[in-house]
Amino acid sequence: MKKKKLILEAELSKTDPRVKMLMVKIKKENYRPDALIEILHTAQNSFGYLPMNVLRFISKEMKVPPSRIYSTVTFYHFFSLKSKGEHTCLVCTGTACYVKGAQNILDEIEKEFSLKPGQVTADNKFGVQTARCIGACGLAPAVVMDDEVLAKAKAEDIKKIINSRIGAGV
Amino acid sequence: MAKIPVNIDGKSLEVESGKTILEVCKANDIEILTMCHLEGLGDIGACRLCLVEIEGINKLLPACTTKVAPNQVIKTKTEKLKKYQKITTELFFAERNHVCAVCVVNGNCELQDLGYKVGMTRVRFPYLFPKCEVDTSHPWYVMDHNRCILCTRCVRVCGEVEGSYNWGVMKRGVAARIISDFNTPWGESITCTSCSKCVNACPTGAIWPKAVVQGQFKKNPKMITELVEKRKMHL
Repeated sequence: MKKKKLILEAELSKTDPRVKMLMVKIKKENYRPDALIEILHTAQNSFGYLPMNVLRFISKEMKVPPSRIYSTVTFYHFFSLKSKGEHTCLVCTGTACYVKGAQNILDEIEKEFSLKPGQVTADNKFGVQTARCIGACGLAPAVVMDDEVLAKAKAEDIKKIINSRIGAGV
Repeated sequence: MAKIPVNIDGKSLEVESGKTILEVCKANDIEILTMCHLEGLGDIGACRLCLVEIEGINKLLPACTTKVAPNQVIKTKTEKLKKYQKITTELFFAERNHVCAVCVVNGNCELQDLGYKVGMTRVRFPYLFPKCEVDTSHPWYVMDHNRCILCTRCVRVCGEVEGSYNWGVMKRGVAARIISDFNTPWGESITCTSCSKCVNACPTGAIWPKAVVQGQFKKNPKMITELVEKRKMHL
């Protein structure tokens, strides 16, 4: 079985504002290897996810071994190695939300956009995720659309909401 | 160092404070089963084979990371511990594909020896059979994840002794795998120095040199212990 080779991505340019932000954070943390998680947070915030070239850049700048960085990134669910899409829709599938019809919402999204949880559209505009419980059981079924919590979401409305977000191009 | 009294398996001993229970037991010829422990490397208490009972504490504690305390009454060979050691061993075998008959270290394997030692006759748990890869990209060595028990001895020897930090552990639970660099094939690793320390530290047949046939390879983990001791002497 042939191992899928990682695509070597281009080196980061130092003039990229996102890279500048990352460098500021690294310098602020004084290149301390134990600040790796904070630095990865900053990187994920500015890039949306953690591309391999960013990880390679952090490893080189901070002199942290690549294996340590990859271990950290894959250990925590917060970090993502794949793009989550420009707009994200996170459907809570905790017990309360599930009982209140989270699966109907996911089915509706799959029908309309042919996306399963964890997938992103081909143009990278929209991605769907699920979470075990976001702690908003009183608002069941809860959907988080681009960091905004939609309370008591309905399967019929979800298509309209998503389309308006993608269409607005914010 | 101050001497403190402890009681291990009914024997009253005077031991140096600051030592771990495992060190004390080894010095006094009390056998404790270990798997992730390798003399010279830092202990992490991952394999749970060295668990001991301590009077007054209702948890079982790993001997390799627990320090002795004055007047402790430690038991290392109770029926409860033996039962748990057997379960732990069976779980090692149940997780991946440990097929001794086709393994390069057949007959010289720490996991195999452990199975005999605890008297394992069969595995009572369903095998998981995860999809594991065999990395043959390195010119000299092979990493076979099917035989890995995630003791992380290779990870620690690479970081602590060799200092190149080629190995790491990715993901968690059943998905956990030993990785080199950014989960790149071992042969393409930029940090690996091909020093073979991980090959010798590995207790099973997960890491082995190419061009050896079934049952023909013997590892030398003592080499790492000696190396660490020699380095300490000359510092």
